Amino acid sequence: MDAFTTHTGTAAPLRRSAVDTDQIIPAEYLKRITRTGFEDGLFVAWRTNEPNFVLNQPEYADASILVAGPDFGTGSSREHAVWALLDGGFRVVISSRFADIFKNNSTKSGLLTVVMTQAEVEKLWAAIETDPTMQVTVDLQAKEVTYSLGGGQSATVPFEADDYTRWRLLEGLDDVGLTERHLDDIEAFEARRRAWLPTALPVR
Amino acid sequence: MHPAEWDSYSGIDQSPEGDETVPKTLAEKVYDAHVVRRTDGEPDLLYIDLHLVHEVTSPQAFDGLRAAGRTVRRPELTMATEDHNVPTLDILAPIADPVSRAQVEALRKNAAEFGIRLAPMGDRDQGIVHVIGPQLGLTQPGMTIVCGDSHTSTHGAFGALAFGIGTSEVEHVLATQTLPQYRPKQMSVTVDGELAPGVSAKDIILAVIAQIGTNGAAGHVIEYRGSAIEALSMEARMTICNMSIEAGAKAGLIAPDRTTSDFLQGRPHAPQDADWDAAVEYWSTLRTDDGAVFDAEIVLDASSLTPFVTWGTNPGQGLPISERVPDPAQIADEGERRTAEQALAYMGLTPGTPLTDIEVDTVFLGSCTNGRIEDLRVAADLLRGKHIDPSTRMLVVPGSVGVKSQAEAEGLDKVFVEAGAEWRGAGCSMCLGMNPDQLKPGERSASTSNRNFQGRQGKGGRTHLVSPSVAAATALTGRLTAPADLIGA
Ligand code: SF4
Repeated sequence: MDAFTTHTGTAAPLRRSAVDTDQIIPAEYLKRITRTGFEDGLFVAWRTNEPNFVLNQPEYADASILVAGPDFGTGSSREHAVWALLDGGFRVVISSRFADIFKNNSTKSGLLTVVMTQAEVEKLWAAIETDPTMQVTVDLQAKEVTYSLGGGQSATVPFEADDYTRWRLLEGLDDVGLTERHLDDIEAFEARRRAWLPTALPVR
Repeated sequence: MHPAEWDSYSGIDQSPEGDETVPKTLAEKVYDAHVVRRTDGEPDLLYIDLHLVHEVTSPQAFDGLRAAGRTVRRPELTMATEDHNVPTLDILAPIADPVSRAQVEALRKNAAEFGIRLAPMGDRDQGIVHVIGPQLGLTQPGMTIVCGDSHTSTHGAFGALAFGIGTSEVEHVLATQTLPQYRPKQMSVTVDGELAPGVSAKDIILAVIAQIGTNGAAGHVIEYRGSAIEALSMEARMTICNMSIEAGAKAGLIAPDRTTSDFLQGRPHAPQDADWDAAVEYWSTLRTDDGAVFDAEIVLDASSLTPFVTWGTNPGQGLPISERVPDPAQIADEGERRTAEQALAYMGLTPGTPLTDIEVDTVFLGSCTNGRIEDLRVAADLLRGKHIDPSTRMLVVPGSVGVKSQAEAEGLDKVFVEAGAEWRGAGCSMCLGMNPDQLKPGERSASTSNRNFQGRQGKGGRTHLVSPSVAAATALTGRLTAPADLIGA
């Protein structure tokens, strides 16, 4: 996975709450067996049916930071939602609350999820809508988001990131490799598992 | 992983054993019993007893293994089936859609290459992944179970800690049989009292989700408890745990009891003889200790519940069927108001309309929420000797080949067909429309599945989530109907 240290880009305000992963990418795109190339499915229903949808606006076409309402990424566990956002040019999603599986999936592919209070999200939305070309910087090292308020003023919003996940993202480390370091522990655990636990081998 | 990389992070070792004197919840007991390694400042490494695999979320994981030259660590703790793409008509013919076919073929190739048991289309064990685990007796109390599928929470009905994972995690479990995890927070949902006739487990869980919201249980495992839960069958418990994810929970579970062991005894993968006795003894310890602390507690009175239906585009947007479509103008919170407005626009509904005036085009009975034998029996009982509304189509899709055979042995297929419904092969079907079973744009369904998201059952389709008995009653009248309102009709 690509490391994430800091990212600067323009942002798109997605004023919707409880955006489920079926909206991020619908099931028909999940038939593919590749891990990339999902940009055509990203928010495809809204992009097709709603001319006013934020990502249909030319000023947000190059946005790489998505600022969404609360409860982003609910529903299906499809990691394709993360891949579609990355393929669509996004490196960061900001929301006041994420669904657990989406958030977890993001950390596996280097998409950064940033939690801010809804009040901070509203301020950021307003600033982006005032100036869609505004540059937003998300610094994982410093754990802060910075953006300009115009007139030489800027806002800095700190965010939390657990140290372990942050370290993994900063280094771009793959989980499997980390776990393989503990094979001894896994073998020791396996030696004390209950003998009657089921296996999936055919029994009849 | 190179030691040098590791050195850039400093964790401090501590003993993997938790403090045994502190009272624990059921979920904490199961979690702690599976900790392979616990170190301060790092996630725990959790052992996975059973890994279920289906065709949609696994191909990229197997590709990842191949690319890294890795194998499947414990293929015998892994079971695969074909469910999401499966056509429910002509199930033995090759899949017509070339992309679906390629995905199913990829699973067959991967299962063969890595030595994983697969129940393919046509196999007697094929079915929705969350239906076949319990049916085969693979799902047992106290286990950790994962699958690249959010409704893995279903298996929690047996007192297992079962949760959905993404494809990268599927790869991780295939390679190591473990997952890095943080100990989740604990929520209790206590349901006491007796359900009125015609009110079911589906109504309980829809009411719970309406109360706590579509992501209200984020970060938590829910334990369902109380006399109303204890009185439920295993099928009904599975319906409840299945939809834990629709409240955003990591997992949902119910303490195992006599109902659980009676369900499991004699199933192909259940322990036998002396092993059975040892297992039952262990299962009896799987209860929340007195004095264990929950981070959040919800209480519901079963006797106050009536059939629930959803009116919006997430499972938290539900109401008792006797209510009216809500008016967004009455909602104070701006975000919620906007969400409700967007939902009603998509659903084509006018505020104030009685829910029972809403006409549906299609009734879908099936899915991992309500595609088990008991669900089919409940619906068949209402349909026996009657005919569905002529302008309504009803699709009955058993959750597995096993459920289908059982239903046919009981003659339920004939009841459905004589009532004018379509009796189909087993799979996910119209729950998500990856196969040809889809709603057309603007079509409206009453569905026993779990998600009413925009486009979930087909582009532009409009979904109302209901219980099996509301589904059957609705099929008879052509509009959303409570079973109690059929009496005398
Ligand atoms: S029936 Fe629906 S929810 Fe269940 S596994 Fe299949 S697609 Fe997912």
